[in-house]
Amino acid sequence: MPETDTGTATRKLIWRVAEVSKIIDETPRVKSLVLDVPGWPGHRAGQHVDVRLTAEDGYQAQRSYSAASEPESAHVMLTVERLEGGEVSSYLAANVQPGDRLELRGPIGGYFVWTVAVGGPLFLVGGGSGIVPLMAMLRHRAAAKSTIPAVLLYSARTFNDIIYRQELDGMAARNDGLRVAYTLTRRQPPGWSGGARRIDGRMLESIGLPASARPRIFICGPTSLVEAVAQSLSALGHERSLIKTERFGPTGR
Amino acid sequence: MTQPPISRGFRGRRSDGPTERLPPGQHLVSDFPVLSAGPTPKTKLEDWRFSLYDGHTALAEWSWADFQSLPQTSLKVDIHCVTSWSKLDTHWQGVTIDTLFEAAGVSEPPTSFTMIHSEGDYTTNIPVEDLIEGKAMVATRYEGDPLEAVHGGPARLLVPHLYFWKSAKWVRRLQFIPDDEPGFWEELGYHMYGDPWREQRYAGD
Repeated sequence: MPETDTGTATRKLIWRVAEVSKIIDETPRVKSLVLDVPGWPGHRAGQHVDVRLTAEDGYQAQRSYSAASEPESAHVMLTVERLEGGEVSSYLAANVQPGDRLELRGPIGGYFVWTVAVGGPLFLVGGGSGIVPLMAMLRHRAAAKSTIPAVLLYSARTFNDIIYRQELDGMAARNDGLRVAYTLTRRQPPGWSGGARRIDGRMLESIGLPASARPRIFICGPTSLVEAVAQSLSALGHERSLIKTERFGPTGR
Repeated sequence: MTQPPISRGFRGRRSDGPTERLPPGQHLVSDFPVLSAGPTPKTKLEDWRFSLYDGHTALAEWSWADFQSLPQTSLKVDIHCVTSWSKLDTHWQGVTIDTLFEAAGVSEPPTSFTMIHSEGDYTTNIPVEDLIEGKAMVATRYEGDPLEAVHGGPARLLVPHLYFWKSAKWVRRLQFIPDDEPGFWEELGYHMYGDPWREQRYAGD
């Protein structure tokens, strides 16, 4: 039995004011906001934060976002997608400028989390903006100079929708035990040698790590992808307790 | 408390609905987002059991057929997820915890706290008083249809006045415990009680 933690009540997560120091255009629909957060207590890869915006008349809206940055970074990076009807995301992706301030609190969540101390091998499966917490894990792995075997299978609609592509390709080129594979579900550029369909059991088997290697598996993306991948991996013999999921729906972002 | 920074030009998508029914920090959705920490279990109804325990002593157990023959209750409620979405006027059907206690011959709850256990080791802690007097049920139908597995089917707990992580999916056991202890998310920094109207999202809120 885990010990009852009676000290939790003292660790209140306070709202902190973050300042946008830099904005990176990741894809036509996706931007990363690099934030200075004075007093940030640090986070582990995979954890998320709550962001709160306040309108001129005092109206407030808050949403959760996974941190894209590694714990070793001095900044907190959020990656946001312009979504139809996405109240907070649309504003963050379209209107925010360097120097703007917003409120943030966290870190939140301690289950969909990976550190090099946890060990591997690591098998990451992401769809669309579901890459974000997985990227924090890979950035952490790189910052820690870890050679833990890792595989990322990343599904995007088109080549231009691959978020962090250059950085991922750069990480894979270091030959330190990381393999990165993409699959493009909607359109593939001429000469494309990667996947060209939705992730399925066959793709997970040929690209991923076998159940016998007992990889720690993290799946993040839209519910349909997460459900399909988690069920396929269970069917391939991966232990359910090693499969962790996080879902990015069309709402709540 | 200093004034929060204003986001220039941020208007937000003000809810047209009855905002007095929205707890602080929540926004309305019309779809039904799915959030869970691992693979969705696929339980065969013939293997499904729901049981009541006092500590480690079994008090009662129901098969799916037994459970269906218990008096059924319908509820129309608003639900509030800690990730900030709320959904109004959701319709559920199932067996209230009062009915379960009665069927098990539990006239007086043996303790003041419970641990709720689900398939796949998920747990959440709830005081007994938040489960009785019509406040909670084990739900098996949503909007008239059998509850889908991604939403917790065949049966999930429904405790609509607390944040929705307390309404454990794939629920299998209610255990009376002598003292309040954290469950799965509570152990990971979420609030022990989780009242949306007091915005008790995380430990210390």
